[in-house]
Amino acid sequence: MSHRRLLETESHWTTRRGKAYLTERVVMHGRDLHKQLGDYEWLHLYLFSVLGRDPGEAVYRLLNYFFVATSFPDPSIWPNHVTALGGTARTTPSMALMAGMSVSEASIFGRRPEVRALDFFYRAGHWCDEGGSLMDFVEREKSRGRTLYGYGRPLARNDERIPYALEKARELGFGDGRYLNMALDVYDYLNGAYGYSMNIGAIYSALAADVGLSCQEYQLFMTPIFLAGMVPCFQDAYDKPEGAFFPMRCTSIVYHGPAKRDWDDAGSTAR
Amino acid sequence: MTSKYVYHSNFWLEEPEPDNPFAAKACYCHGYDVYGQVLPQGSWFEYLLLMFLGERPTPAQTALMEKLAMSLANPGPREASVRAAMNGGVAGTNPGSALMAALAVGSGQYGGAREVALVMELWQRCGQELDTWIQQLQAPPEDERADIWPAMEHAPGFDPNGDQFPTPEHSTLELLCELAPKQGNLAWLRRNRRPLEERVGYPLAMAGIAGAAFTDLGLNPEQGSMLYLILRLPGAAVHALEQQGMGWKNFPFYADAIELTDDPGAIPSESENGASS
Repeated sequence: MSHRRLLETESHWTTRRGKAYLTERVVMHGRDLHKQLGDYEWLHLYLFSVLGRDPGEAVYRLLNYFFVATSFPDPSIWPNHVTALGGTARTTPSMALMAGMSVSEASIFGRRPEVRALDFFYRAGHWCDEGGSLMDFVEREKSRGRTLYGYGRPLARNDERIPYALEKARELGFGDGRYLNMALDVYDYLNGAYGYSMNIGAIYSALAADVGLSCQEYQLFMTPIFLAGMVPCFQDAYDKPEGAFFPMRCTSIVYHGPAKRDWDDAGSTAR
Repeated sequence: MTSKYVYHSNFWLEEPEPDNPFAAKACYCHGYDVYGQVLPQGSWFEYLLLMFLGERPTPAQTALMEKLAMSLANPGPREASVRAAMNGGVAGTNPGSALMAALAVGSGQYGGAREVALVMELWQRCGQELDTWIQQLQAPPEDERADIWPAMEHAPGFDPNGDQFPTPEHSTLELLCELAPKQGNLAWLRRNRRPLEERVGYPLAMAGIAGAAFTDLGLNPEQGSMLYLILRLPGAAVHALEQQGMGWKNFPFYADAIELTDDPGAIPSESENGASS
């Protein structure tokens, strides 16, 4: 490779995804934003933006439910906590919300478990298509030391969101999808064999598989999912005195490090 | 009374003022009195390495760190993270927003902090074995699982859009090798740069040099990734501020350069439809 391929795009960018003909019209994925998409609800448009197609009202309603049901206005939840710290430190709304959204791409909650869980179901489906058994696939993953994202929850045993999500899935016609059934079968197996719990990540990811989202599409779509829960946390901290959000005293830092030592100690490696 | 909510630290100790438990009388970093001794007696890079490594660095480590920091301090406006900050600056955004843009864009796998981490993981796997490096760069182990990070599209530490090893990178590698351990990874990289470039097909990049330097300093991939992000912020800041002063009329706006290849054209409005029917 060489720099020559850069010459092609130095002053010219071709795209099929969209363009703003400023002062005239805007095209997104081949549709006129104002004339053809103007009646969309915003999250529906966001889904269209991610997919480049409209998957239909039922899929949109299902995925919209993920957002509604994940809007927890509680500052103990870590991304919300970050946003509240922004409020107590008197940063701006945009910076506080972006900070909260950014840390939602975490490994123990949020984007990585979601992507991993979706990928797990797709790989499991492929395994079964090749004639393997689902439980063999689960054991294969376990034997490789892989976390089974969606099963087990860091801070709670029972996920209160699951019955609501299953009810909504049934209501919208997604109650008997291949991957949702797979998620429930995996839970039955893991719970019986190892006492594992299941969290909402398994259900949402399985439903995302049933509606055919790719891992990147799912990651993009889910990125703002905590936003509505973050806002009240920011406001609440902002409305209280500066620095008042769970302030830390010096002794709340529990120290486990080396004993006090002198900078000029002869034992130092420097000088 | 101490709160039941406590945080644990292996390197930071605070002792409170007698009249205010929320104000520190003294802070200790890995056992050293920060405001009593480190601040008056240490240098910025001694303190920085102390924080990351847990021990006072040697003068050689400090010198290497300082020159590495200088080489990374301003990647220049062509670099994506700096350009992102400039876009924020020219629009009059907040300083924090401009730097958040630089951090986010500069976190990636093409020239960013993620690439540095991957380079440092290669050092862990390959050591100073040329054959292992060539094998790993040409056929890296692939995880069949999807992740939040995409698959790498080029050999980590090398520039797929490069031709020859650029002069600033060359100067940096030469200087850092003078300061680094003689049997260290930078020195090995300098000796083996050409065979590696020949097999990869494109030249070594600054991310590759930085990754080797961080390993010579005894840092792990996560630490190297963080430091790479921190050390490139000065240039992003100054370029953002400069563009704010220059004003948006002197900043590119690419509207004419963007070609929609499947433009459906203007859709007649309903009233226009009605008028024409």
